[in-house]
Amino acid sequence: MTDTAAVRSVVVEREMAHRPEKVWRALTEGQLIEQWLMANDFQPVAGHRFTLRTSPVPGWNGIIECEVLVVEPNTRLAYSWGTMGMESAVTWTLTPTAGGTHLRMEQSGFKPDQEANYKGATYGWRRFIGNMERVLGELD
Amino acid sequence: MSVIANHVFKALADPTRRAIFEGLTRDGEQTVHALTRRAGISQPAVSKHLTVLKRAKLVGHRREGRETHYRARPDALAPLVDWMAMYGAFWRDRFDRLESLLERIDK
Repeated sequence: MTDTAAVRSVVVEREMAHRPEKVWRALTEGQLIEQWLMANDFQPVAGHRFTLRTSPVPGWNGIIECEVLVVEPNTRLAYSWGTMGMESAVTWTLTPTAGGTHLRMEQSGFKPDQEANYKGATYGWRRFIGNMERVLGELD
Repeated sequence: MSVIANHVFKALADPTRRAIFEGLTRDGEQTVHALTRRAGISQPAVSKHLTVLKRAKLVGHRREGRETHYRARPDALAPLVDWMAMYGAFWRDRFDRLESLLERIDK
C-alpha cells in the first residue's frame, strides 16, 4: 500500500572524509554509536531489537525502540525507529567516493502507532531538540 | 500538542483510514459509494472513518444531489511535516557529532 504519510521522508546527506569501513564502525559499534547518537544495546544482526536512550525530558521518556532491518556491511544499514507513538524506519547508505564516503540517512514511513497516546508527545521531543539547539548555540 | 494535531495523528493511526486518505489523495474526489467498494468494509464503517478524517480536517466534502463527495486536504498534514522538520534538525546535529567522532578514532 502506498501511503501519503508513509512516503514522506527526512533525508540528510554528507560527504565524509573517511573510508566506508570506518564510517560503518561508527554506525554499528555500540560504544561508538553512544558517542554520536545515544546510549544503546545495538547489535549488527537483522531482527535484533534494541533501544536508544537519552535523558528523559517532560513529555518524553527519552527511549527509542528499534529493530535491525538490514545489515549489509560497509554499504547499508536499516532499523525501525519508534518513539512517542510515532513509527518510522532509518536507513543508512554508504557509497565510496574518491575522498571517502558519501553518507546518506533517510528516515521514512512515518506513521502514528496504533497503541499510542500522542498527547504531549511532540512537546517532549521539541524540548529535546530545543535543548540540543541551545547547547549548540552556546558553543558558537 | 494542539488539539488538531492530536486529531491528525489519531486519524492516521488506523490503516483503513490511511488507505482511504491515500485513495482520495491519489485519485481525487470520490463518493462514499466508491470509497466503500474499494475499502471492502460496510458503508457505515466507511462513514465512521470519514467522520474521524473530517474532524482532523484531512478530508473535505460537498453534497451533490443525494451523493456526498469527499476529497483529501493534504494541507492538514502540517503537524506531521512539523514533526519531520524537527527530525531534520536532530539528524543534522547527529551528523556533526558523527563527523567529529570519525576525526577522533583511527582506521
